[in-house]
Amino acid sequence: MLPLRLEKVCITISGQQIIDGVSAVFEAGPRSIIIGPNGAGKSMLLRLCHGLVSPSSGHVQWSGESGSSSRQAMVFQRPVMLRRSALANVIYALAVASIPRAEREPRARAAMERAGLLSIAERPARVLSGGEQQRLALARAGALNPEVLFLDEPTANLDPGATREVEAVIQAIHEGGAKIIMTTHNLGQARRLGDEILFLNQGRLAEHSDAAAFFPKPRSAEANAFIRGELPWD
Amino acid sequence: MNDLGQAFLQAVRLLGSADAELLAIVALSLQVSIAAVVIAALIGLPLGAAFTVTRFPARRALVVLCNSLMGLPPVVVGLLVYLLLSRAGPLGDYGLLFTPVAMVVAQTILIVPIVGALSHQVLESAWEEYREQLQSLGCGAWQAGVTLLWDARSALVTVLLAGLGRATAEVGAVMIVGGNIDGVTRVMTTAIALETSKGDLPLAFALGLILIALVLAMNACAYVIKEAAKSRYG
Repeated sequence: MLPLRLEKVCITISGQQIIDGVSAVFEAGPRSIIIGPNGAGKSMLLRLCHGLVSPSSGHVQWSGESGSSSRQAMVFQRPVMLRRSALANVIYALAVASIPRAEREPRARAAMERAGLLSIAERPARVLSGGEQQRLALARAGALNPEVLFLDEPTANLDPGATREVEAVIQAIHEGGAKIIMTTHNLGQARRLGDEILFLNQGRLAEHSDAAAFFPKPRSAEANAFIRGELPWD
Repeated sequence: MNDLGQAFLQAVRLLGSADAELLAIVALSLQVSIAAVVIAALIGLPLGAAFTVTRFPARRALVVLCNSLMGLPPVVVGLLVYLLLSRAGPLGDYGLLFTPVAMVVAQTILIVPIVGALSHQVLESAWEEYREQLQSLGCGAWQAGVTLLWDARSALVTVLLAGLGRATAEVGAVMIVGGNIDGVTRVMTTAIALETSKGDLPLAFALGLILIALVLAMNACAYVIKEAAKSRYG
């Protein structure tokens, strides 16, 4: 279903231009990290790609016959857990995806094992810690075996230890063959996880470069200023 | 004050004697109201879920209508059901007037709007949290509705109790369609109305105290269930 093409997409909400003429191609393989200041439209761009919002103008085009969106998953900044056990949360996602009943539990347990959550499988999901909930959200997304995994600032609310654990799970899912498209405002994380960087500013895509080229010397003046401004706290 | 004290004593004595007639009245009250709540739940909960997860043109109008019907005057509902079920009415052939079934019908009409409107409120706030996650997983409206109902189950118990409270406490509708026939359709509220008009205020008040105690007991049960669920599932 990749590459995913965005063609001059705009989103206007009550007169305000949230996304302004973004064109980009997401190829299979490299981990794409979307960075930019608060309010740049990072989350909106991700929701647009995932299909949760429709563009006001322009096109979001998956390749392949149907342009289908069935093999993608998304992990949100604040994980949404259903009032049932951790394991049941993963099984639920598999049930919604019409996975045959007999396959659901083994597959859910395997995904939880990859996320290091097997020991808490039976505990109610909503009483887990923030880091555990986010890893569970990743396990739930990973169990679906997605071709593309969208992540919206998955570690924004987590402490450094939990952040490392979450990054490890993201890496494992990537190594399992999933394309990663992720937003973050943590430049260190963008460096650790990013193969290519999309720099978004005021709804416009200011730069789309390889991470190796971006961090030493961004081409755009905005990205340059952003990185310089951010580095002291990195 | 003397009357109140007497009434209290009589209530205790009535309960202590386990008077068969009293028990029959209490049992009929509970049977009729619980039956009405069960039916109202089967109609009202899906209605509340539909109001929450679907968007159709008349939705807003229906929500407003449902909210206003919460304040339906019981006597008017009683009259309506009376006209429907009386010999000359469209459903007169079934001979249901002055039976417990007629009372269940009237109370169901009274509490469907309560269950529908209050469950809509409860589910709406859950939906705000769940919407993107469920859409991301690919839930259709039907799946999303069922998921919301199950996840909000402990809050919905309170909604059903509000309905049960309204049903057991109302007198106008059951008086008109039931007729307060001794041993057939006499419930607590109609008995209270009768004893009051006969001038037996202590007995009327004693019945009232028992009614209040019942409602209190049901609410206490619900509270315990809700707290247990909360500590279990978060």
